[in-house]
Amino acid sequence: MLRFILRRLLQMVGVVVVLSLLVFLWLRSLPGGTVSAILGEKATPARRAALEKALGLDQPLYVQYWQFLKRAVQGQFGSSTGVQPGVDAMQVFVQRFPATLELSFFALLFAIAAGIPLGYMAARRRTSWFDNLSVVGSLIGVAVPVFFLAFLLKYWFAINLHWLPVSGRQDPSLDATRVTGFFVLDGLLTREYDAAWDALKHLILPSLALATIPFAVIFRITRASVLDVMDEDYVRTAESKGLTNKVIRGRHILRNALLPVVTTIGLQTGGLLVGAVLTERVFSWGGIGEAVAVAFTRRDYAVLQVCILMAAITFVVINLLVDIAYAVIDPRVRTR
Amino acid sequence: MTETIENTRTRGHSEEPLLSVRDLTVTFTRQGEKPFVAVDGVSFDVRPGQTVGLVGESGCGKSVTSLAIMGLLPQRGVRVEGEVLYGGTNLLTQSKEQMRDRRGRDLGMIFQDPLSSLNPVVPIGVQVTEVLERHKGLSRKAATPLAREMLDKVGIPDPNRRLKDYPHQLSGGMRQRALIAMALACAPKVLIADEPTTALDVTIQAQILALLKELVEDSGTALVMITHDLGVVAGLVDRINVLYAGRIVERGDRHPLFAQPRHPYTHGLLSSIPRLDGERGTKLTPIPGSVSDNLPWANACAFAPRCSQPIDVCVEKTPEFVEDGPRALRCHNPVEVSR
Ligand SMILES: Nc1ncnc2c1ncn2[C@@H]1O[C@H](COP(=O)(O)OP(=O)(O)OP(=O)(O)O)[C@@H](O)[C@H]1O
Ligand code: SF4
Ligand SMILES: [Mg+2]
Repeated sequence: MLRFILRRLLQMVGVVVVLSLLVFLWLRSLPGGTVSAILGEKATPARRAALEKALGLDQPLYVQYWQFLKRAVQGQFGSSTGVQPGVDAMQVFVQRFPATLELSFFALLFAIAAGIPLGYMAARRRTSWFDNLSVVGSLIGVAVPVFFLAFLLKYWFAINLHWLPVSGRQDPSLDATRVTGFFVLDGLLTREYDAAWDALKHLILPSLALATIPFAVIFRITRASVLDVMDEDYVRTAESKGLTNKVIRGRHILRNALLPVVTTIGLQTGGLLVGAVLTERVFSWGGIGEAVAVAFTRRDYAVLQVCILMAAITFVVINLLVDIAYAVIDPRVRTR
Repeated sequence: MTETIENTRTRGHSEEPLLSVRDLTVTFTRQGEKPFVAVDGVSFDVRPGQTVGLVGESGCGKSVTSLAIMGLLPQRGVRVEGEVLYGGTNLLTQSKEQMRDRRGRDLGMIFQDPLSSLNPVVPIGVQVTEVLERHKGLSRKAATPLAREMLDKVGIPDPNRRLKDYPHQLSGGMRQRALIAMALACAPKVLIADEPTTALDVTIQAQILALLKELVEDSGTALVMITHDLGVVAGLVDRINVLYAGRIVERGDRHPLFAQPRHPYTHGLLSSIPRLDGERGTKLTPIPGSVSDNLPWANACAFAPRCSQPIDVCVEKTPEFVEDGPRALRCHNPVEVSR
């Protein structure tokens, strides 16, 4: 098991190096180049040359990449120009990352907590009205654009009905103590339960909006996978031993049926990051997604670089965790 | 004293039947399809300690019969009629939960393909102990030594290590031994083995059959042995029921039936077995045609199109099942008894 994790960690380093190369090349291909981005289109050739030299842009490409890597490893990507002008780009990322992580975590939690049980129930009641209804529902879930759904939820439950807050992560007047940057967790740690509750209320609508697509996907994969596993010989063997429904469901059906679901969850994190950009915009969430959206419109390349690289690394880390979870469930992967 | 008890337990076939299948009929009723009768009025008895064979070609209803006895047929799209008496109780009228209590405790079953019949993500040990936990109310911890003992008993070397192993780490023969250990963990009185050796090498086949024989003889378990290959069970069974297209066509004790098969189908099955003591150059004669040629039993003999000696009445009237002591036969024109 340890060797398995070590091997996957090494693979991860490789993936991150390739990713950094991609980000580097993307930087080089920016319209007008970095120099124009900094000096503007109308700079004199002399000033351009001076800056190029100062930035090391007159060096061969591989030297530049090496410089870029060295700086990247130290977290130096320059200052933000658009999102929070003057602030270090890495700093911008670090400040906002917990917000996005908290939102994504709750979204994924919703998606898993609803998708797996419903998928299992739909499969066990194949072709019943419940099954048909939930399949249609999940289709709608995939089809509705996240942006639109976020607006609808906000309009109905926040603006019209006043059930839940319209935007932000927490009521600033609560003046809650910050520990980790995860507001619900902070509230629990500091025993400021009203703050935790308020943060939770702020989380409901955006995480529901963000959860729909992963929920629909997890639901459908679980349903299909449970249907497959139910027909397996080993489930019949389990029945022939007279085991209780509970044991057959958990140990013999779900433990096998969840293997493809786990893989799906890992892949969903990519979509989750994209969805976060849209959802955070609607709810003024103040996370990475919102920063990326602003950085795009204001050409804040430093922030974009950091966010893209870190998002990619997050994606890779989560898939590593998924692989480990997979190996924990499936002994055949472990011993291969 | 012990001697006589042993005797009645292992060879005392005169006792009341332990399992008595009466007119078992299983009809698949799929929506939009013609009802299909897979098992058609099958009756047979199994006494304590007895080994009864259920023999026939693929598709003749062997597995459906065994699943019906176990209460493992799908809930929907199936009609099951007749009786399956176990110690006097009709299993077919028992509730789902009552059957769940009996499976693994009173009735055990082992299946054809050992690899696909084992859960790939659960250690072998847990797959054995879970039966003991369920039916004996033991904790996992208390059940583990018993599971180890069981694995040892079915001839799995180094059972301590194997408890923690997963199915893919075992060889084919070992997997089937593990399945046998699971089925016998709670010492059920009836064990149904549905083609337990079909997926195994010839040498392993013999080992598994020897093991089954030894286990049922030691414990007095009644064994229902299902196979399409008469040769495989020749040394194991006491009585044989030959099944064709859902009906029993011939029955008898092993020796008389092997020596003098009366039904042309049984005769055909026996002549298609390669014999070790057969003269060299003796041709094996497989039965011509296939199940798809069958006639409906309603007013003919289903086997008629493939039969070596049909007469006119065979395609006009259903042959009755005529019992004569331990022998029974369903044929208008049986094979002559040769002397
Ligand atoms: N769930 C089902 N739905 C419809 N028909 C079925 C079902 N299960 C079995 N049958 C049919 O019942 C008949 C008997 O099947 P069964 O599995 O008992 O055959 P078998 O004698 O065990 O053959 P084999 O040697 O191939 O295992 C077959 O024609 C099969 O197609
Ligand atoms: S009844 Fe007729 S067709 Fe059927 S097995 Fe006997 S002889 Fe052959
Ligand atoms: Mg079968």
